[in-house]
Amino acid sequence: MAMLEIKNLHVKVDGKQILNGLNLTVGKGEVHAIMGPNGSGKSTLAYVMAGKAGYEATDGAILLDGENVLEMQPDERAAKGVFLAFQYPMEIPGVATMTFLRTALNAQRKQRGEAELSTPDFLKLVRDAAGKLEINMDMLRRGVNVGFSGGEKKRNEILQMALLQPRLCVLDETDSGLDIDALKIVSDGVNRLRSPDRSMVVITHYQRLLDHIVPDVVHVLSKGRIVKTGGKELAHELEASGYAQFQDDAA
Amino acid sequence: MKAELRTVKTAAELSLAESYAAAKPKLPGDGKVVALREAAFKRFDAQGLPHRRVEAWKYTDLRAMMREAKPLAGLPDAAAKARAKTAGSLLADMDARRLMFVDGVFVPELSDLAKLETGLEIRPLAQSLASGDPLLATHLGRVVPSDGDPAVTLNTALMSDGAVIRVAAGATVERPIHLVFVATAEKPVSIFTRSLAVVEKGARVMLVESHEGAAGVEHQINTALELVIGEGAHADHVKIIGGDSSMVHVSTLMAAIGARARYNDFSYTTGGSVVRNQLFLRFDGEGTLANIRGATLLKGSQHADVTMVADHAAGGCQCREVFKTVLDDKSRGVFQGKIIVRQGSQKTDAKMMTNSLLLSDEAEANQKPELEIFADDVQCGHGATSGALDENLKFYLMARGIPEKEAETLLVQAFVGDAIEGVEHAGLRDALMDDVVAWLKARGT
Ligand SMILES: Nc1ncnc2c1ncn2[C@@H]1O[C@H](COP(=O)(O)OP(=O)(O)OP(=O)(O)O)[C@@H](O)[C@H]1O
Ligand SMILES: [Mg+2]
Repeated sequence: MAMLEIKNLHVKVDGKQILNGLNLTVGKGEVHAIMGPNGSGKSTLAYVMAGKAGYEATDGAILLDGENVLEMQPDERAAKGVFLAFQYPMEIPGVATMTFLRTALNAQRKQRGEAELSTPDFLKLVRDAAGKLEINMDMLRRGVNVGFSGGEKKRNEILQMALLQPRLCVLDETDSGLDIDALKIVSDGVNRLRSPDRSMVVITHYQRLLDHIVPDVVHVLSKGRIVKTGGKELAHELEASGYAQFQDDAA
Repeated sequence: MKAELRTVKTAAELSLAESYAAAKPKLPGDGKVVALREAAFKRFDAQGLPHRRVEAWKYTDLRAMMREAKPLAGLPDAAAKARAKTAGSLLADMDARRLMFVDGVFVPELSDLAKLETGLEIRPLAQSLASGDPLLATHLGRVVPSDGDPAVTLNTALMSDGAVIRVAAGATVERPIHLVFVATAEKPVSIFTRSLAVVEKGARVMLVESHEGAAGVEHQINTALELVIGEGAHADHVKIIGGDSSMVHVSTLMAAIGARARYNDFSYTTGGSVVRNQLFLRFDGEGTLANIRGATLLKGSQHADVTMVADHAAGGCQCREVFKTVLDDKSRGVFQGKIIVRQGSQKTDAKMMTNSLLLSDEAEANQKPELEIFADDVQCGHGATSGALDENLKFYLMARGIPEKEAETLLVQAFVGDAIEGVEHAGLRDALMDDVVAWLKARGT
């Protein structure tokens, strides 16, 4: 069974139809890239998978391991293994990053019927994961993402992903705002998480990211539907030709 | 002005007059005090209870909210004292020196007056009034003239007991002093307490007041503290209006702050059905640093009003005011803040911020920050925000697996934490934060 199966998904935001019958199947352990012009609905797809309020699925289904997640609250989906790395991570002044990470980790464990982590175990986990992403511990004592640079915020998203060990990772333009070194660090972080039990949907505008995180399948999203699917070479084609052909097709 | 005079008194006003007349012969104090009470009551009686057409009270119409005045509290009996023992438990871990006031009366056997630090004097107000304490003669009713404020005039007329504290010049009082005010009477009563603290030049002290009353009993509390902070002194004042009491609580702080002092004030309100917390602050000398903060958390149909006036009578002081209000259910939170900068009070640096967080559609926030500035070389500003929890932040937390309630708790904690962080005493800060968490846990689903 495919890990993720999106069938005929129609989504409205503020009364506006954004996704128009989107179909997408991602097998276990696969990495799929989604590319597409600005405003084509990539972030909308990411949000609707994570369960953001106001993103109304008017038709279709999102099946995770065969189970429709559309009726679930965002926290239930997270506990089932859905993780969204945000295009624009939120700053939360007053909530220390460590408190946030610990609350999240323990909440998910609790939902899955697992015991809470002890303080030393938690600290060790964070220290190891942060070290690999070159995030220093002082940063994690600050409010969530408060005073983080754009690149640091993206690294913090991957840190959360590494700690929470989701089954389905959705990365929304995780490469935007990263310098060359950071892109390497983040990509390595993502690649370490590749596993036969974990699937990924990587949203990006740039072929560059896909040189590091090599996808199994590449899709083009335009006007709320997948208009073309191919192998990793499709990303190279797009880099050369742009999206004009698809936008005309869909119009 | 004639038209403003009211000849028809409310039932509450009539019974206050009766209470005063009956109590007058028994209230503590010599001839001077009697005259002070008499003048104060006259002033109160002429204007009556404040109501919505009195600008300073427009959001808290005490005349409408106080249908009747409760009888004056009697002396606490042994059972009342026994019930009072658990009061002030929020601060149990602070190792504070506790002074216990049960139904408005100082109870020595529940208080700790042993081994007072050098330079520290503490006396019950009733005793000071009766003995003609010179400290009272100098300061009582004079620290910051309240300009006929009806709560203060009524308090002056009927004050029965409280604490008189003096910290001598240069003395450092290590242990916080905790004034525990608890109303234990089983039937609703009126309680009038008044305290005076004089912190002399270069002295250092932390004063905490906590006010609570039995759940479900509509006591009427009117309490006031006059605080004199000398040059170069360092004073912290914390007021906690807590518990799950149904009291109508009117509190007034009148503080005069000398030059180069440090002053931190924190008000924390979660209790009471109707609360009016007034702060009248006056900066009398240059170079003072002050942090005035507050956190109010309300639910059900609670109503709480923080009204603050910071009068910069001298220049060169830096003052920050931060007030946070969390409103659930049908509660109503009021903040009125006024910064006055007198002519010649140059280089005043005063900023005031008030934020309200509405957890329910039916809650209401009224915020009125004001500046009255008569000097030209100053940095002053104010801001006010009011709104619901940020849905985007909530989604971010939930997307990481944190359930909705817990996400809200984290965000509310962060919201009030901004003010609570200003409390310098680490133990108290933690106790307040724990109390916020407990308050959030108790919220209805
Ligand atoms: N709240 C909203 N109300 C109305 N329209 C919206 C709302 N949110 C998004 N949209 C619209 O939905 C469309 C898709 O937006 P989305 O953010 O999913 O695009 P995207 O593919 O992620 O673009 P980008 O590459 O710029 O990140 C856009 O036209 C956008 O303006
Ligand atoms: Mg996007």
